Amino acid sequence: MSSRYEVRLSGAGGQGLVLGGVILAEAVSLFEGKNAVQTQSYGPEARGGASKSEVIISDEEIDYPKATEIDLLLCLTQEACDKYSVDLKTNGILIADVRMVKELPEGDYRVYNLPILETAKEKVGKIFVANIVALGAIAHLLDAVSFDSVEKAVLKRVPKGTEDLNKRALKLGYNLVD
Amino acid sequence: MSGKDVFYQGNEACAEGALYAGCRFFAGYPITPSTEVAEFLARRLPTVGGAFIQMEDEIAAMAAIIGASLVGKKSLTSTSGPGFSLKMENLGFACLTEVPCVIVNVMRGGPSTGLPTGPSQSDVMQARWGTHGDHPAIALAPDSVQEIFTETVRAFNISERLRTPVILLTDEIIGHMRERITIPPEGELEIWERPRPTVPPDQYKPYDISEGIIPPMADFGSGYRYHVTGLNHDETGFPTNNPSLVQPEEERLMAKVTENLDLIQKYEYFEKPKARIGIVSFGSSARSSRAAIRMAEEEGIKVDFLRLITLWPFPTDAAVQMADKVDMIIVPEMNLGQMIEEVQRSIAGKAETVGVNRVDGDPITPTQILDRIREVA
Repeated sequence: MSSRYEVRLSGAGGQGLVLGGVILAEAVSLFEGKNAVQTQSYGPEARGGASKSEVIISDEEIDYPKATEIDLLLCLTQEACDKYSVDLKTNGILIADVRMVKELPEGDYRVYNLPILETAKEKVGKIFVANIVALGAIAHLLDAVSFDSVEKAVLKRVPKGTEDLNKRALKLGYNLVD
Repeated sequence: MSGKDVFYQGNEACAEGALYAGCRFFAGYPITPSTEVAEFLARRLPTVGGAFIQMEDEIAAMAAIIGASLVGKKSLTSTSGPGFSLKMENLGFACLTEVPCVIVNVMRGGPSTGLPTGPSQSDVMQARWGTHGDHPAIALAPDSVQEIFTETVRAFNISERLRTPVILLTDEIIGHMRERITIPPEGELEIWERPRPTVPPDQYKPYDISEGIIPPMADFGSGYRYHVTGLNHDETGFPTNNPSLVQPEEERLMAKVTENLDLIQKYEYFEKPKARIGIVSFGSSARSSRAAIRMAEEEGIKVDFLRLITLWPFPTDAAVQMADKVDMIIVPEMNLGQMIEEVQRSIAGKAETVGVNRVDGDPITPTQILDRIREVA
Protein backbone atom coordinates (compact mmCIF):
# COMPACT_ATOMS: atom_id res chain seq x y z
CA MET A 1 0.00 0.00 0.00
CA SER A 2 2.83 2.34 0.87
CA SER A 3 4.17 2.54 -2.67
CA ARG A 4 0.75 3.29 -4.14
CA TYR A 5 0.66 6.66 -5.91
CA GLU A 6 -2.59 8.08 -7.27
CA VAL A 7 -2.93 10.57 -10.12
CA ARG A 8 -6.17 12.10 -11.37
CA LEU A 9 -6.39 14.17 -14.55
CA SER A 10 -9.60 16.19 -14.71
CA GLY A 11 -11.17 18.73 -16.98
CA ALA A 12 -13.82 18.84 -19.67
CA GLY A 13 -14.71 16.08 -22.09
CA GLY A 14 -12.73 16.60 -25.31
CA GLN A 15 -9.56 17.94 -23.65
CA GLY A 16 -7.80 14.62 -24.17
CA LEU A 17 -7.50 13.67 -20.53
CA VAL A 18 -8.23 10.01 -21.11
CA LEU A 19 -5.42 9.92 -23.67
CA GLY A 20 -3.23 11.83 -21.20
CA GLY A 21 -3.85 9.17 -18.57
CA VAL A 22 -3.19 6.36 -21.04
CA ILE A 23 0.14 7.92 -22.06
CA LEU A 24 1.23 8.46 -18.46
CA ALA A 25 0.26 4.94 -17.41
CA GLU A 26 1.91 3.42 -20.45
CA ALA A 27 5.12 5.36 -19.75
CA VAL A 28 5.20 4.05 -16.18
CA SER A 29 4.15 0.53 -17.04
CA LEU A 30 6.11 -0.23 -20.20
CA PHE A 31 9.14 2.04 -19.80
CA GLU A 32 9.68 2.27 -16.03
CA GLY A 33 8.81 -1.34 -15.19
CA LYS A 34 6.37 -0.38 -12.47
CA ASN A 35 2.73 -1.41 -12.26
CA ALA A 36 0.16 1.09 -13.51
CA VAL A 37 -3.57 0.93 -14.02
CA GLN A 38 -5.53 3.55 -15.92
CA THR A 39 -9.28 4.06 -15.64
CA GLN A 40 -11.67 6.76 -16.68
CA SER A 41 -15.03 8.18 -15.88
CA TYR A 42 -17.04 10.24 -18.24
CA GLY A 43 -20.58 11.20 -19.06
CA PRO A 44 -22.49 10.44 -22.24
CA GLU A 45 -21.39 13.76 -23.80
CA ALA A 46 -18.72 13.64 -26.52
CA ARG A 47 -17.59 17.13 -25.48
CA GLY A 48 -18.04 19.22 -22.36
CA GLY A 49 -19.14 17.93 -18.98
CA ALA A 50 -16.65 17.06 -16.28
CA SER A 51 -14.34 14.22 -17.25
CA LYS A 52 -11.57 12.42 -15.41
CA SER A 53 -8.91 9.86 -16.03
CA GLU A 54 -6.99 8.16 -13.26
CA VAL A 55 -3.62 6.44 -13.05
CA ILE A 56 -2.59 4.29 -10.11
CA ILE A 57 1.13 3.59 -9.87
CA SER A 58 2.65 0.99 -7.57
CA ASP A 59 5.59 -1.37 -7.14
CA GLU A 60 3.09 -3.93 -5.92
CA GLU A 61 0.03 -5.47 -7.52
CA ILE A 62 -2.79 -2.95 -7.86
CA ASP A 63 -6.14 -4.23 -6.65
CA TYR A 64 -8.63 -1.36 -6.49
CA PRO A 65 -8.08 0.49 -9.78
CA LYS A 66 -9.66 3.84 -8.88
CA ALA A 67 -8.23 6.80 -6.96
CA THR A 68 -9.40 7.37 -3.39
CA GLU A 69 -6.51 9.33 -1.85
CA ILE A 70 -4.98 11.40 -4.58
CA ASP A 71 -1.30 12.33 -4.60
CA LEU A 72 -1.41 14.44 -7.75
CA LEU A 73 -4.45 16.17 -9.21
CA LEU A 74 -4.65 18.05 -12.49
CA CYS A 75 -7.61 20.41 -13.04
CA LEU A 76 -8.12 22.08 -16.40
CA THR A 77 -11.57 23.51 -15.62
CA GLN A 78 -13.27 25.03 -12.59
CA GLU A 79 -16.11 22.51 -12.80
CA ALA A 80 -13.69 19.58 -12.67
CA CYS A 81 -11.80 21.20 -9.79
CA ASP A 82 -15.01 21.64 -7.80
CA LYS A 83 -16.16 18.12 -8.52
CA TYR A 84 -12.96 16.10 -8.32
CA SER A 85 -10.68 17.78 -5.75
CA VAL A 86 -12.36 16.27 -2.67
CA ASP A 87 -10.15 13.19 -2.71
CA LEU A 88 -6.87 15.15 -2.84
CA LYS A 89 -4.56 14.22 0.03
CA THR A 90 -3.27 16.81 2.48
CA ASN A 91 0.12 17.95 1.11
CA GLY A 92 -0.83 16.45 -2.26
CA ILE A 93 0.07 18.20 -5.51
CA LEU A 94 -2.57 20.29 -7.26
CA ILE A 95 -1.83 21.46 -10.80
CA ALA A 96 -4.49 23.93 -11.88
CA ASP A 97 -4.79 25.88 -15.09
CA VAL A 98 -4.20 29.46 -14.08
CA ARG A 99 -6.85 30.89 -16.38
CA MET A 100 -9.62 28.35 -15.97
CA VAL A 101 -9.42 27.59 -12.28
CA LYS A 102 -10.03 30.71 -10.22
CA GLU A 103 -11.22 29.16 -6.99
CA LEU A 104 -8.93 26.60 -5.48
CA PRO A 105 -10.18 24.06 -2.96
CA GLU A 106 -9.46 24.82 0.67
CA GLY A 107 -6.77 22.75 2.31
CA ASP A 108 -3.03 22.25 2.49
CA TYR A 109 -1.80 21.39 -0.94
CA ARG A 110 1.27 22.08 -3.02
CA VAL A 111 -0.39 24.21 -5.65
CA TYR A 112 1.02 24.84 -9.12
CA ASN A 113 -0.99 27.48 -10.97
CA LEU A 114 0.23 26.98 -14.50
CA PRO A 115 -0.70 28.53 -17.85
CA ILE A 116 -1.35 25.18 -19.48
CA LEU A 117 -4.07 26.11 -21.97
CA GLU A 118 -2.32 29.38 -22.82
CA THR A 119 0.97 27.57 -23.51
CA ALA A 120 -0.82 25.13 -25.81
CA LYS A 121 -2.66 27.87 -27.65
CA GLU A 122 -0.09 30.67 -27.82
CA LYS A 123 3.29 28.93 -27.72
CA VAL A 124 2.54 25.66 -29.53
CA GLY A 125 -0.29 27.13 -31.54
CA LYS A 126 -2.75 24.26 -31.00
CA ILE A 127 -5.14 24.23 -28.05
CA PHE A 128 -5.60 20.45 -28.39
CA VAL A 129 -2.08 19.76 -27.12
CA ALA A 130 -3.04 21.10 -23.67
CA ASN A 131 -3.12 17.51 -22.38
CA ILE A 132 0.48 16.99 -23.52
CA VAL A 133 1.59 20.32 -21.97
CA ALA A 134 0.01 19.13 -18.72
CA LEU A 135 1.80 15.78 -19.03
CA GLY A 136 5.10 17.66 -19.30
CA ALA A 137 4.41 19.44 -16.00
CA ILE A 138 3.36 16.14 -14.40
CA ALA A 139 6.53 14.42 -15.64
CA HIS A 140 8.52 17.13 -13.86
CA LEU A 141 6.70 16.63 -10.56
CA LEU A 142 6.38 12.85 -10.58
CA ASP A 143 9.26 10.75 -9.26
CA ALA A 144 7.87 7.53 -10.68
CA VAL A 145 8.51 8.46 -14.30
CA SER A 146 11.28 10.15 -16.27
CA PHE A 147 10.78 12.79 -18.94
CA ASP A 148 12.24 10.42 -21.54
CA SER A 149 9.77 7.66 -20.74
CA VAL A 150 6.85 10.07 -21.03
CA GLU A 151 8.21 11.38 -24.32
CA LYS A 152 8.52 7.84 -25.67
CA ALA A 153 4.93 7.09 -24.62
CA VAL A 154 3.67 10.33 -26.19
CA LEU A 155 5.30 9.48 -29.51
CA LYS A 156 3.78 6.00 -29.41
CA ARG A 157 0.24 7.32 -29.08
CA VAL A 158 -0.07 10.59 -31.01
CA PRO A 159 -1.09 10.70 -34.68
CA LYS A 160 1.66 10.57 -37.31
CA GLY A 161 2.78 14.00 -38.42
CA THR A 162 2.17 15.59 -35.02
CA GLU A 163 5.29 14.23 -33.32
CA ASP A 164 7.29 17.48 -33.31
CA LEU A 165 4.31 19.50 -32.16
CA ASN A 166 3.73 17.14 -29.25
CA LYS A 167 7.41 16.96 -28.32
CA ARG A 168 7.45 20.76 -28.11
CA ALA A 169 4.26 20.80 -26.05
CA LEU A 170 5.72 18.26 -23.63
CA LYS A 171 8.99 20.18 -23.21
CA LEU A 172 7.17 23.51 -22.69
CA GLY A 173 4.97 21.86 -20.08
CA TYR A 174 7.99 20.42 -18.34
CA ASN A 175 9.57 23.87 -18.21
CA LEU A 176 6.45 25.45 -16.71
CA VAL A 177 7.49 23.92 -13.38
CA ASP A 178 10.55 25.54 -11.80
CA MET B 1 9.72 -17.92 -26.19
CA SER B 2 8.27 -15.22 -24.01
CA GLY B 3 5.17 -13.26 -24.85
CA LYS B 4 4.69 -9.70 -25.97
CA ASP B 5 4.04 -7.00 -23.38
CA VAL B 6 1.38 -4.47 -24.30
CA PHE B 7 -0.57 -1.84 -22.44
CA TYR B 8 -4.15 -2.80 -23.23
CA GLN B 9 -7.67 -1.91 -22.35
CA GLY B 10 -9.88 -4.77 -21.15
CA ASN B 11 -11.99 -4.63 -24.29
CA GLU B 12 -8.87 -4.74 -26.47
CA ALA B 13 -7.57 -7.73 -24.52
CA CYS B 14 -10.88 -9.47 -25.15
CA ALA B 15 -10.60 -8.89 -28.88
CA GLU B 16 -6.94 -9.99 -28.89
CA GLY B 17 -7.89 -13.09 -26.91
CA ALA B 18 -10.59 -13.90 -29.44
CA LEU B 19 -8.06 -13.73 -32.29
CA TYR B 20 -5.65 -15.92 -30.31
CA ALA B 21 -8.43 -18.48 -29.83
CA GLY B 22 -9.00 -18.58 -33.57
CA CYS B 23 -12.04 -16.32 -33.86
CA ARG B 24 -12.44 -15.34 -37.50
CA PHE B 25 -15.89 -13.76 -37.52
CA PHE B 26 -17.41 -10.90 -35.59
CA ALA B 27 -20.84 -9.37 -35.98
CA GLY B 28 -22.11 -6.68 -33.68
CA TYR B 29 -23.78 -3.38 -33.17
CA PRO B 30 -21.88 -0.63 -31.31
CA ILE B 31 -22.87 0.07 -27.73
CA THR B 32 -21.05 1.70 -24.83
CA PRO B 33 -19.11 0.33 -22.97
CA SER B 34 -18.34 -2.58 -25.31
CA THR B 35 -17.65 -0.82 -28.62
CA GLU B 36 -13.84 -1.11 -28.43
CA VAL B 37 -14.12 -4.89 -28.87
CA ALA B 38 -15.80 -4.31 -32.23
CA GLU B 39 -13.48 -1.45 -33.16
CA PHE B 40 -10.39 -3.56 -32.54
CA LEU B 41 -11.72 -6.52 -34.52
CA ALA B 42 -12.90 -4.33 -37.39
CA ARG B 43 -9.25 -3.36 -37.77
CA ARG B 44 -7.65 -6.72 -37.12
CA LEU B 45 -9.96 -9.42 -38.50
CA PRO B 46 -9.43 -8.51 -42.16
CA THR B 47 -5.65 -8.83 -41.66
CA VAL B 48 -5.99 -12.49 -40.60
CA GLY B 49 -8.48 -13.55 -43.25
CA GLY B 50 -11.49 -13.04 -41.00
CA ALA B 51 -14.64 -11.02 -41.48
CA PHE B 52 -16.25 -8.21 -39.52
CA ILE B 53 -19.83 -7.09 -40.02
CA GLN B 54 -21.62 -4.25 -38.32
CA MET B 55 -25.22 -5.43 -38.42
CA GLU B 56 -28.41 -3.38 -38.30
CA ASP B 57 -28.99 -4.33 -34.67
CA GLU B 58 -28.03 -6.76 -31.92
CA ILE B 59 -30.64 -9.35 -32.90
CA ALA B 60 -29.20 -9.62 -36.39
CA ALA B 61 -25.66 -9.67 -34.99
CA MET B 62 -26.48 -12.68 -32.83
CA ALA B 63 -28.09 -14.39 -35.83
CA ALA B 64 -25.02 -13.64 -37.95
CA ILE B 65 -22.56 -15.25 -35.53
CA ILE B 66 -24.72 -18.37 -35.38
CA GLY B 67 -24.67 -18.52 -39.19
CA ALA B 68 -20.91 -18.00 -39.33
CA SER B 69 -20.36 -20.69 -36.73
CA LEU B 70 -22.47 -23.10 -38.79
CA VAL B 71 -20.05 -22.71 -41.67
CA GLY B 72 -17.21 -23.52 -39.31
CA LYS B 73 -15.88 -20.15 -38.14
CA LYS B 74 -15.30 -19.39 -34.49
CA SER B 75 -17.58 -16.41 -33.92
CA LEU B 76 -17.96 -13.56 -31.48
CA THR B 77 -20.35 -10.75 -30.71
CA SER B 78 -19.99 -8.09 -28.04
CA THR B 79 -22.59 -5.88 -26.45
CA SER B 80 -23.91 -4.38 -23.22
CA GLY B 81 -27.18 -4.61 -21.24
CA PRO B 82 -29.80 -3.38 -23.74
CA GLY B 83 -28.10 -5.27 -26.57
CA PHE B 84 -27.74 -8.36 -24.40
CA SER B 85 -31.52 -8.35 -23.90
CA LEU B 86 -32.00 -8.30 -27.67
CA LYS B 87 -29.70 -11.29 -28.12
CA MET B 88 -31.68 -13.52 -25.81
CA GLU B 89 -33.97 -15.14 -28.37
CA ASN B 90 -31.15 -16.18 -30.66
CA LEU B 91 -29.03 -17.20 -27.68
CA GLY B 92 -31.67 -19.81 -26.90
CA PHE B 93 -31.59 -20.86 -30.55
CA ALA B 94 -27.82 -21.43 -30.31
CA CYS B 95 -28.31 -23.46 -27.11
CA LEU B 96 -30.88 -25.77 -28.68
CA THR B 97 -29.17 -26.10 -32.05
CA GLU B 98 -25.81 -26.52 -30.26
CA VAL B 99 -23.95 -23.89 -32.23
CA PRO B 100 -20.70 -22.74 -30.56
CA CYS B 101 -20.35 -18.96 -30.16
CA VAL B 102 -19.10 -16.43 -27.64
CA ILE B 103 -21.11 -13.44 -26.43
CA VAL B 104 -19.36 -10.66 -24.53
CA ASN B 105 -21.49 -8.50 -22.26
CA VAL B 106 -19.63 -5.49 -20.84
CA MET B 107 -22.15 -4.72 -18.13
CA ARG B 108 -23.47 -1.20 -17.59
CA GLY B 109 -26.22 0.21 -15.40
CA GLY B 110 -29.77 -0.89 -16.21
CA PRO B 111 -32.60 -1.80 -16.64
CA SER B 112 -33.36 -0.42 -20.10
CA THR B 113 -30.78 2.02 -21.44
CA GLY B 114 -29.92 2.84 -17.81
CA LEU B 115 -26.45 4.29 -17.30
CA PRO B 116 -24.57 3.93 -20.59
CA THR B 117 -21.18 4.98 -19.21
CA GLY B 118 -21.57 3.62 -15.67
CA PRO B 119 -20.41 0.19 -14.49
CA SER B 120 -22.69 -2.54 -13.19
CA GLN B 121 -22.84 -6.27 -12.52
CA SER B 122 -26.56 -6.56 -12.80
CA ASP B 123 -26.79 -9.08 -15.64
CA VAL B 124 -25.71 -12.06 -13.54
CA MET B 125 -29.13 -13.66 -13.55
CA GLN B 126 -29.84 -12.66 -17.14
CA ALA B 127 -26.72 -14.56 -18.17
CA ARG B 128 -28.25 -17.64 -16.53
CA TRP B 129 -31.94 -17.28 -17.27
CA GLY B 130 -32.27 -14.51 -19.88
CA THR B 131 -33.49 -16.75 -22.65
CA HIS B 132 -36.60 -18.82 -22.11
CA GLY B 133 -36.83 -22.52 -21.49
CA ASP B 134 -34.48 -24.84 -19.65
CA HIS B 135 -31.10 -24.40 -21.20
CA PRO B 136 -27.42 -24.80 -20.35
CA ALA B 137 -25.63 -21.59 -19.36
CA ILE B 138 -21.95 -20.86 -19.08
CA ALA B 139 -20.71 -17.44 -17.96
CA LEU B 140 -17.15 -16.40 -17.16
CA ALA B 141 -16.25 -13.23 -15.23
CA PRO B 142 -12.56 -12.17 -15.30
CA ASP B 143 -11.25 -9.40 -13.01
CA SER B 144 -8.16 -8.08 -14.80
CA VAL B 145 -7.09 -7.17 -18.31
CA GLN B 146 -4.76 -10.19 -18.47
CA GLU B 147 -7.54 -12.45 -17.31
CA ILE B 148 -9.97 -11.00 -19.84
CA PHE B 149 -7.50 -12.24 -22.47
CA THR B 150 -7.17 -15.74 -21.04
CA GLU B 151 -10.86 -16.14 -20.19
CA THR B 152 -11.84 -15.09 -23.70
CA VAL B 153 -9.61 -17.88 -25.00
CA ARG B 154 -11.20 -20.26 -22.50
CA ALA B 155 -14.70 -19.11 -23.51
CA PHE B 156 -13.99 -20.12 -27.10
CA ASN B 157 -12.41 -23.40 -26.03
CA ILE B 158 -15.36 -24.42 -23.87
CA SER B 159 -17.88 -23.26 -26.44
CA GLU B 160 -16.23 -25.28 -29.20
CA ARG B 161 -15.69 -28.43 -27.20
CA LEU B 162 -19.19 -28.51 -25.70
CA ARG B 163 -21.00 -27.00 -28.71
CA THR B 164 -22.82 -24.42 -26.63
CA PRO B 165 -22.78 -20.61 -26.33
CA VAL B 166 -20.46 -19.13 -23.70
CA ILE B 167 -20.99 -15.70 -22.18
CA LEU B 168 -18.10 -13.52 -21.06
CA LEU B 169 -19.37 -11.10 -18.40
CA THR B 170 -17.18 -8.09 -17.81
CA ASP B 171 -18.14 -4.57 -16.72
CA GLU B 172 -17.42 -0.97 -17.63
CA ILE B 173 -14.56 -0.71 -15.13
CA ILE B 174 -12.45 -3.63 -16.30
CA GLY B 175 -13.67 -3.29 -19.89
CA HIS B 176 -12.24 0.22 -20.09
CA MET B 177 -9.40 -0.24 -17.61
CA ARG B 178 -5.87 -0.39 -19.01
CA GLU B 179 -3.06 -2.55 -17.65
CA ARG B 180 0.13 -4.10 -18.94
CA ILE B 181 -0.49 -7.63 -20.15
CA THR B 182 1.56 -10.33 -21.80
CA ILE B 183 0.19 -11.84 -24.96
CA PRO B 184 1.41 -15.42 -24.85
CA PRO B 185 3.26 -16.75 -27.88
CA GLU B 186 1.28 -18.93 -30.25
CA GLY B 187 0.98 -22.43 -28.91
CA GLU B 188 1.41 -21.52 -25.24
CA LEU B 189 -2.32 -21.61 -24.51
CA GLU B 190 -4.20 -24.66 -25.66
CA ILE B 191 -6.77 -24.06 -28.38
CA TRP B 192 -9.66 -26.47 -28.75
CA GLU B 193 -11.75 -27.16 -31.82
CA ARG B 194 -15.30 -28.44 -32.13
CA PRO B 195 -15.76 -32.14 -32.85
CA ARG B 196 -16.17 -32.66 -36.61
CA PRO B 197 -17.68 -35.67 -38.40
CA THR B 198 -15.53 -38.60 -39.47
CA VAL B 199 -18.29 -40.16 -41.56
CA PRO B 200 -18.97 -39.18 -45.19
CA PRO B 201 -21.80 -36.70 -45.91
CA ASP B 202 -24.36 -39.36 -46.89
CA GLN B 203 -24.01 -41.05 -43.50
CA TYR B 204 -23.91 -37.87 -41.41
CA LYS B 205 -26.58 -37.22 -38.79
CA PRO B 206 -26.14 -33.81 -37.14
CA TYR B 207 -27.31 -34.86 -33.69
CA ASP B 208 -25.92 -38.37 -33.59
CA ILE B 209 -24.79 -39.10 -30.05
CA SER B 210 -23.67 -42.66 -30.50
CA GLU B 211 -20.05 -41.59 -29.87
CA GLY B 212 -20.74 -39.33 -26.87
CA ILE B 213 -23.00 -36.54 -25.68
CA ILE B 214 -21.37 -33.91 -27.91
CA PRO B 215 -22.39 -34.71 -31.50
CA PRO B 216 -19.83 -33.98 -34.26
CA MET B 217 -20.61 -30.79 -36.14
CA ALA B 218 -20.16 -30.45 -39.91
CA ASP B 219 -19.30 -27.15 -41.60
CA PHE B 220 -21.95 -25.95 -44.00
CA GLY B 221 -20.43 -25.64 -47.43
CA SER B 222 -18.14 -28.62 -46.97
CA GLY B 223 -20.50 -31.10 -48.62
CA TYR B 224 -22.53 -31.96 -45.54
CA ARG B 225 -26.19 -30.91 -45.54
CA TYR B 226 -28.52 -30.91 -42.62
CA HIS B 227 -31.50 -29.19 -41.10
CA VAL B 228 -31.12 -26.63 -38.32
CA THR B 229 -34.21 -25.68 -36.36
CA GLY B 230 -35.15 -24.09 -33.09
CA LEU B 231 -37.84 -26.71 -32.69
CA ASN B 232 -36.99 -29.79 -30.69
CA HIS B 233 -35.46 -32.18 -33.18
CA ASP B 234 -34.31 -35.76 -33.59
CA GLU B 235 -30.84 -36.93 -34.63
CA THR B 236 -31.46 -35.91 -38.25
CA GLY B 237 -32.10 -32.33 -37.17
CA PHE B 238 -35.75 -32.41 -38.29
CA PRO B 239 -38.49 -31.37 -35.85
CA THR B 240 -40.05 -33.86 -33.52
CA ASN B 241 -42.49 -33.71 -30.64
CA ASN B 242 -42.00 -37.34 -29.72
CA PRO B 243 -41.86 -37.23 -25.88
CA SER B 244 -39.40 -40.12 -25.71
CA LEU B 245 -36.95 -38.14 -27.84
CA VAL B 246 -37.54 -34.66 -26.44
CA GLN B 247 -37.00 -35.41 -22.77
CA PRO B 248 -33.57 -37.09 -23.15
CA GLU B 249 -32.41 -34.45 -25.62
CA GLU B 250 -33.29 -31.63 -23.20
CA GLU B 251 -31.49 -33.50 -20.45
CA ARG B 252 -28.48 -34.05 -22.67
CA LEU B 253 -28.16 -30.31 -23.32
CA MET B 254 -27.88 -29.75 -19.58
CA ALA B 255 -25.58 -32.75 -19.11
CA LYS B 256 -23.06 -31.23 -21.51
CA VAL B 257 -22.46 -28.69 -18.72
CA THR B 258 -23.08 -30.73 -15.58
CA GLU B 259 -20.81 -33.56 -16.77
CA ASN B 260 -18.01 -31.14 -17.59
CA LEU B 261 -17.86 -28.99 -14.46
CA ASP B 262 -14.09 -29.59 -14.14
CA LEU B 263 -13.61 -28.10 -17.56
CA ILE B 264 -15.75 -25.05 -16.89
CA GLN B 265 -15.64 -24.09 -13.22
CA LYS B 266 -12.76 -21.90 -12.15
CA TYR B 267 -12.30 -19.92 -8.96
CA GLU B 268 -9.68 -18.86 -6.43
CA TYR B 269 -10.01 -19.48 -2.71
CA PHE B 270 -7.71 -17.45 -0.45
CA GLU B 271 -7.81 -18.83 3.04
CA LYS B 272 -6.76 -17.12 6.27
CA PRO B 273 -6.27 -19.24 9.37
CA LYS B 274 -9.22 -19.03 11.77
CA ALA B 275 -11.16 -16.52 9.65
CA ARG B 276 -14.82 -16.31 10.70
CA ILE B 277 -15.82 -14.00 7.86
CA GLY B 278 -15.72 -14.73 4.15
CA ILE B 279 -16.23 -12.69 0.99
CA VAL B 280 -17.54 -14.03 -2.31
CA SER B 281 -17.12 -11.70 -5.25
CA PHE B 282 -16.23 -11.49 -8.94
CA GLY B 283 -15.19 -9.05 -11.66
CA SER B 284 -14.23 -5.52 -10.68
CA SER B 285 -15.92 -5.91 -7.26
CA ALA B 286 -13.38 -8.66 -6.55
CA ARG B 287 -10.62 -6.06 -6.87
CA SER B 288 -12.37 -3.84 -4.30
CA SER B 289 -12.84 -6.91 -2.08
CA ARG B 290 -9.15 -7.78 -2.22
CA ALA B 291 -8.22 -4.24 -1.12
CA ALA B 292 -10.82 -4.37 1.69
CA ILE B 293 -9.50 -7.73 2.93
CA ARG B 294 -5.98 -6.29 3.09
CA MET B 295 -7.24 -3.24 5.02
CA ALA B 296 -9.19 -5.49 7.42
CA GLU B 297 -6.11 -7.57 8.08
CA GLU B 298 -4.20 -4.40 9.05
CA GLU B 299 -6.92 -3.97 11.69
CA GLY B 300 -6.53 -7.57 12.82
CA ILE B 301 -9.65 -8.96 11.14
CA LYS B 302 -9.09 -12.07 9.04
CA VAL B 303 -11.31 -12.61 6.02
CA ASP B 304 -11.43 -15.57 3.60
CA PHE B 305 -11.93 -14.75 -0.06
CA LEU B 306 -13.62 -16.74 -2.77
CA ARG B 307 -13.19 -15.11 -6.16
CA LEU B 308 -15.41 -16.62 -8.76
CA ILE B 309 -14.13 -16.67 -12.32
CA THR B 310 -16.92 -18.96 -13.51
CA LEU B 311 -20.33 -17.62 -12.47
CA TRP B 312 -22.38 -20.24 -14.34
CA PRO B 313 -22.53 -23.12 -13.67
CA PHE B 314 -22.24 -21.71 -10.17
CA PRO B 315 -19.33 -23.20 -8.18
CA THR B 316 -21.58 -24.48 -5.41
CA ASP B 317 -18.90 -26.67 -3.81
CA ALA B 318 -16.59 -23.70 -3.31
CA ALA B 319 -19.35 -21.70 -1.60
CA VAL B 320 -20.11 -24.67 0.65
CA GLN B 321 -16.41 -25.01 1.51
CA MET B 322 -16.49 -21.40 2.72
CA ALA B 323 -19.80 -21.79 4.57
CA ASP B 324 -18.48 -24.84 6.42
CA LYS B 325 -15.73 -22.67 7.87
CA VAL B 326 -16.99 -19.11 8.37
CA ASP B 327 -20.05 -17.73 10.17
CA MET B 328 -20.74 -14.83 7.84
CA ILE B 329 -20.37 -14.46 4.09
CA ILE B 330 -20.29 -10.97 2.55
CA VAL B 331 -21.23 -10.70 -1.13
CA PRO B 332 -20.19 -7.40 -2.76
CA GLU B 333 -21.75 -6.96 -6.21
CA MET B 334 -22.75 -3.95 -8.32
CA ASN B 335 -26.43 -4.86 -8.34
CA LEU B 336 -29.14 -5.06 -5.71
CA GLY B 337 -28.46 -8.68 -4.76
CA GLN B 338 -28.27 -11.35 -7.46
CA MET B 339 -25.30 -13.61 -6.83
CA ILE B 340 -26.02 -13.56 -3.10
CA GLU B 341 -29.16 -15.60 -3.82
CA GLU B 342 -27.09 -18.25 -5.55
CA VAL B 343 -24.68 -18.27 -2.60
CA GLN B 344 -27.63 -18.72 -0.23
CA ARG B 345 -29.07 -21.51 -2.36
CA SER B 346 -25.69 -23.24 -2.41
CA ILE B 347 -24.90 -23.04 1.29
CA ALA B 348 -28.45 -23.85 2.46
CA GLY B 349 -28.24 -21.98 5.74
CA LYS B 350 -24.75 -23.11 6.74
CA ALA B 351 -23.66 -19.48 7.24
CA GLU B 352 -25.24 -16.04 7.42
CA THR B 353 -25.02 -13.83 4.34
CA VAL B 354 -25.04 -10.09 3.79
CA GLY B 355 -24.57 -8.03 0.63
CA VAL B 356 -22.69 -4.89 -0.28
CA ASN B 357 -24.67 -3.45 -3.15
CA ARG B 358 -24.26 -0.43 -5.34
CA VAL B 359 -26.08 0.62 -8.52
CA ASP B 360 -25.41 4.36 -8.74
CA GLY B 361 -22.79 4.13 -11.48
CA ASP B 362 -19.82 4.33 -9.12
CA PRO B 363 -17.78 1.28 -8.16
CA ILE B 364 -18.06 -0.41 -4.78
CA THR B 365 -15.12 1.04 -2.85
CA PRO B 366 -12.82 -0.96 -0.59
CA THR B 367 -13.96 1.26 2.31
CA GLN B 368 -17.59 0.30 1.74
CA ILE B 369 -16.68 -3.36 2.03
CA LEU B 370 -14.38 -2.69 4.99
CA ASP B 371 -17.28 -0.99 6.80
CA ARG B 372 -19.40 -4.11 6.28
CA ILE B 373 -16.55 -6.31 7.54
CA ARG B 374 -16.28 -4.18 10.69
CA GLU B 375 -20.04 -4.39 11.22
CA VAL B 376 -20.08 -8.17 11.19
CA ALA B 377 -16.71 -8.77 12.87
